[in-house]
Amino acid sequence: MNANPEMMAAGTASPRNGIVMDCQLEKVFYGDFLAVRDSKVPIEKNKITGFIGPSGCGKSTVLRSLNRMNDLIPIFRFQGKVSYHGQDIYDKKVDPVVVRRYIGMVFQQPNPFAMSIYDNVAFGLRLNGFKGNLDERVEKALQGAACWNEVKDKLKNSGLSLSGGQQQRLCIARAIATEPDVLLMDEPCSALDPIATRRVEELMIELKEKYTIALVTHNMQQAMRVADTTAFFGVDISQGSRTGYLVEMGPTRKIFEEPEQQLTRQYVRGEFS
Amino acid sequence: MASHQFDNVDRSGSVSGPPSGGDYALDRSFRGIAWFSAALILALVVYIVVEIGGKAMPAIAEHGLGFLTSTAWNVQTGQFGILPQIWGTLYSSLLALILGGVFGVAIAIFLTQDFLPSRLAMVFRTIIELLAAIPSVVFGLWGIYVLIPLLRPVANWLHANLGGVPFFGTSLSGPGLAPAALVLAIMILPTVASISVDALRQIPYKVKEAAYGMGTTRWEAILKVMLPTASSGILAALVLGFGRALGETMALAMLIGNSNQISLSLFAPANTLAALLASSFPEAGPVEVRALMYAALALLAITLIVNAVGLAVMKFATRKFEAER
Amino acid sequence: MSVPDLTLESSIRNLEPTSSRMPSLHRAPLEIRALKSGFLTALTWIGAILASVPLFSVIYMLLVEGGSRLNWETLTALPPSAFDLGGGFGNAIVGTVVMVGIATLVSVPIGILAAVYLAILDPDSKLAHTVRFLAKVLTGFPSILAGVFVYAVMVVTMKTYSALAGGVALAVLMLPTVVLAAEQAMAMVPKKMKDAAYGMGCTRTQVIWKVVLPTGAPGILTGVMLAIAGAAGNSAPLLFTALFSDYYLRSLTEPTASLAILIFNFSGMPYENQIQLAWAASLVLVLIVLVFNILARIIGRQKY
Repeated sequence: MNANPEMMAAGTASPRNGIVMDCQLEKVFYGDFLAVRDSKVPIEKNKITGFIGPSGCGKSTVLRSLNRMNDLIPIFRFQGKVSYHGQDIYDKKVDPVVVRRYIGMVFQQPNPFAMSIYDNVAFGLRLNGFKGNLDERVEKALQGAACWNEVKDKLKNSGLSLSGGQQQRLCIARAIATEPDVLLMDEPCSALDPIATRRVEELMIELKEKYTIALVTHNMQQAMRVADTTAFFGVDISQGSRTGYLVEMGPTRKIFEEPEQQLTRQYVRGEFS
Repeated sequence: MASHQFDNVDRSGSVSGPPSGGDYALDRSFRGIAWFSAALILALVVYIVVEIGGKAMPAIAEHGLGFLTSTAWNVQTGQFGILPQIWGTLYSSLLALILGGVFGVAIAIFLTQDFLPSRLAMVFRTIIELLAAIPSVVFGLWGIYVLIPLLRPVANWLHANLGGVPFFGTSLSGPGLAPAALVLAIMILPTVASISVDALRQIPYKVKEAAYGMGTTRWEAILKVMLPTASSGILAALVLGFGRALGETMALAMLIGNSNQISLSLFAPANTLAALLASSFPEAGPVEVRALMYAALALLAITLIVNAVGLAVMKFATRKFEAER
Repeated sequence: MSVPDLTLESSIRNLEPTSSRMPSLHRAPLEIRALKSGFLTALTWIGAILASVPLFSVIYMLLVEGGSRLNWETLTALPPSAFDLGGGFGNAIVGTVVMVGIATLVSVPIGILAAVYLAILDPDSKLAHTVRFLAKVLTGFPSILAGVFVYAVMVVTMKTYSALAGGVALAVLMLPTVVLAAEQAMAMVPKKMKDAAYGMGCTRTQVIWKVVLPTGAPGILTGVMLAIAGAAGNSAPLLFTALFSDYYLRSLTEPTASLAILIFNFSGMPYENQIQLAWAASLVLVLIVLVFNILARIIGRQKY
């Protein structure tokens, strides 16, 4: 554990939490292209960790490295360590499928399956061989995702029949139905209108009581509103290509009000983007 | 993987857990079976080539390349050659290609270049697709009882008045090249039309806009911009339609007359490789079967080459647009 | 610029100042340009109508010649011998259904599994590229050669023509259609749905079974229906794999009748009765093919 949790927690009112995922990315490649380098991102329990930065800074790549989604891209290569409860998820013995069972993900585009709302939410439960009361868990997940009232009368309808915002909350319900340990959210509001965005943001704040959340957002206001800790990524173009790296990470207020790095200050003031 | 199940994760309500041993076994065996099925298709093609080639070997050893240039097919004397069948195959397919190609491309233009309200275009598209659904034997039957009686007076008039032209050198007594080629044209028309439609649809809308923006009429846009842009796709359609025609069997066996002669006349009976196989195989003795296997190998080689060329052209056509996008 | 003289001239003419010093923007109906366009449009219309004549002629003949002879006897009775009147082709319907059934049972599982490999498991591998190419080549493979192949492999070794050999020959023809249609249907399942399934911690097999196959099912079924329609109408490979039989099917390892071969055999006979039966059998065969074609359309139209 290289990160100093004491320092991370300074400035926030909540007591110091444990670190669920200690991510130390050394080099992340797509083929020969170095996408991200030298970024240490500890993710604390029951907090929202926001990832911000200009486009092309690799914040999504970092997030998708945390549950090994990037392994689906054949040319992806990872150097470093992602410690999850003390185990490196990039250890040779680790199966990425198992990692994804504990570390759920909500994607940029709402992506319900072409099946009923109920089956969408029950998907993960069935997948994990859940033997208990399915109806109860589905309802609980939909309530947790703040869409139970809207869909309770049409659980048999296709998940694709919902509006974009409802679809995204359905996807969140699907992700939390199995109550995974960590939720990774990759710009979950980018395809939503402002009202739907607000509902999803409120939901995230509720969810952090139970879950640990890592959130990629292209919207600085969103990071300010919901993130406890914010990581700012920059782009290094000195080597001729665009390589992302962590510039600064700390309590959200500190990052936005008194950042240590010049680059961060410029970015949060909107001097470049 | 058993040692890394993240079992120290403590969450009371969570149902997250690693896939069961059964899930893993299923995953591995299913992927194995899928790989095996894909490999099976490769094996099938190899097996087809090896089997037909192997069975043709004795005849190849016996007749050599002379088989391809000899005109005899005599079971009694054991003399076999397939030049008339190769000629008939290529000649009938070429005629069909010209007819079916012209109509097929015309229909593709008709269907894609806003000549019709979309509802009517649907009707025409359905007609063409239904044409593709009619079985070969049914076209054969139709050819015998509708097309040949219809063609005969026309053919005989042409022969009587223009008999000097080699194409009309004989009269049409019944089955012959003309009805066979006509039916063949009808049968390859849907292939040519549908691939050409795809080729024309692939053209980005901006190309069309650019043409109209220059003040072209619809036909100027079609002839000078759309067709040249889709040319390689249309070429692929023609080559693949030609390949279809080469291998077409039943209608030809019923309409071409099964006569092993080489003639330029459209009204003379002829034969094709596929029709030869269809008409001779069921009653062939061992010696003739060997020769027929050689003929089958020749047909296989011709169609494989033509189809491979067609697919290569099509791939080239598709890639051109992908590069542009 | 490859603007032809025609166009250039007329454009210039159009641009010359008219009395109001403005180019006329009206259509000039007697211009060569317009004439040419009209001529080509008319030609295309004629071509399209001409191309649909054979279909209507075939349908007319089927209904008039075949329809008049279609009754319970023709659908159930055995084929008549040369001078007999009456008779039917019940055994040929059974034979066609059985052989197409065998072909479906053989080709559909293999085809879909191979498509899974091509579309999901390893789309960019050498094997996938090779198989994809071969499947496309096989769609243009002369059906008679499937017959020759199965004759060499099965008929010669089993020493008899059989429904089994006929079914396998048809399966060889169905396989590429099923593979290519199923691959396309699976590849069209949105990537974000597959990502969602992977993100939930599905194994690849679970992604395929729980998401890709159900979502792609309409497309896959459409391909299967089209393949069945094609196989039902295909006769060339049956000529010397199933041969023909004048009796009802009793075992899968004996020569078997089929509608297509019956039509082929009867079409050349000099007897009115047989020719009428050939038309009636054609009508039945076309109806079978059409049913599967229409099924394919209905299933294909359902959108998820």
